[in-house]
Amino acid sequence: MTQSLPLSQIAPTDEVWTVSQLTSAAKRVVEGEFMPVWIRGEVVGCKAWSSGHWYFGLRDRGSQVRCCMWSRYSQLAAEPPKDGTEVFVLAKPGIYEAKGEFQLNVTRMLPTAAIGAARRELERVKELLQRDGLFDHARKRPIPALACTVAVVTSADGAALRDVITVVGKRWPCCRLVVVNARVQGDGAVHALARALALVNRIPEIEICIVGRGGGGREDLAAFNSEAVCRALAAVRVPTISAVGHETDVSLTDLVADLRAATPSAAAEMAVADRREVSRRLDDLAARLAGGLGSRTRLAAERLARTRDRLHGAMEAVIRHERHRADRLGAQLDALSPLRILDRGYAVPVRPDGSVLKRRAEFAPGAPFRLRVADGDVPSRVEPS
Amino acid sequence: MSIAQDLNRLEEIVRTLEAEDVELDAALALFEEGVARLRAARERLGTAEVKVQTVLEGANGDLRLSDLDG
Repeated sequence: MTQSLPLSQIAPTDEVWTVSQLTSAAKRVVEGEFMPVWIRGEVVGCKAWSSGHWYFGLRDRGSQVRCCMWSRYSQLAAEPPKDGTEVFVLAKPGIYEAKGEFQLNVTRMLPTAAIGAARRELERVKELLQRDGLFDHARKRPIPALACTVAVVTSADGAALRDVITVVGKRWPCCRLVVVNARVQGDGAVHALARALALVNRIPEIEICIVGRGGGGREDLAAFNSEAVCRALAAVRVPTISAVGHETDVSLTDLVADLRAATPSAAAEMAVADRREVSRRLDDLAARLAGGLGSRTRLAAERLARTRDRLHGAMEAVIRHERHRADRLGAQLDALSPLRILDRGYAVPVRPDGSVLKRRAEFAPGAPFRLRVADGDVPSRVEPS
Repeated sequence: MSIAQDLNRLEEIVRTLEAEDVELDAALALFEEGVARLRAARERLGTAEVKVQTVLEGANGDLRLSDLDG
């Protein structure tokens, strides 16, 4: 359906791009396509400008590409590499529009020799620690469930510490965090970390020790792979959590610590309890405590009631007995009553005031008195003489 | 006394009270202790802000803890 185009001629209606449009479009395509990638190659013609920017070529047997490394990245690398140095670079491919050139914008550069040496050192240390049993599962101690004092060995101004404080502040604010400041990367980091870990053993009341840092490049984590730091970590007398924020890599401290956390935040979560959970547990205990006493007092009340019933029964028996005795005594008393003698025909003379006349002399001639008989009194008078 | 210790003792007290073979006097004493421990634990849980300290080592090797802001 197509006809071969008249390439030799250009028609006025044909769409024509400017160079800028072309490079701009190419830039969009290239830069949209690639994420930063690691590239291995040999450095050629590195020029370090006074501005600090580095320009160099990177080549292998088949191809070569232009690279630039801005000063803020080049200052992290040591020296401008010599021609022929084999390196890994982390770079994002792009187009330099002014010249229409394909180039790599390099953000990191690592000599492959250094990587090789680092890997060999890592293997050496790992083997040594393994031989000494520092990775043994049997060594692992459980993390205390309700720790209230936690040591954090990290950089005092790093993101790791901020993350730990945030998480602990949310979950378990009654916790005390003791920060043992240490460099976590670069020169002196190994010494600083080992020293800080040894210091933890001298702080009283520490229950858990977190050691770590936020995410970093692989070589930034070197201190956490060092023998000295690993041995110092193994010597910490409380359970330890290693939190070297690098998801894909396991550092040797991760293997030595009692627990490994992917990030400092995760370490904080493992280290402390959740206040809400403990609060619920307290509520439950409070309810059981009240219930426990309730059932205990109910039991006592029942016993008391039983005792009262028995007491009551005993008292009734006593009362019954006493009543019988009283009845009996009453009957005896009755039998002895002088009034009962009257029944048998006796009579008692009494004065009007009720006193008994017992002697002849007491009967004055003509005096009135009463004669008490069984069923009443009989008014009487002594015969006048 | 830590929260862990308070909680463990509380569990112990509750279990004893629930076992029902304890004298009333002893039960009341346990209950009072339980209430005190409950209050202590709740008070600690109520702490509003995490305390952050930093440790400094003096020249002669002694340690000093100082509060860190934030």
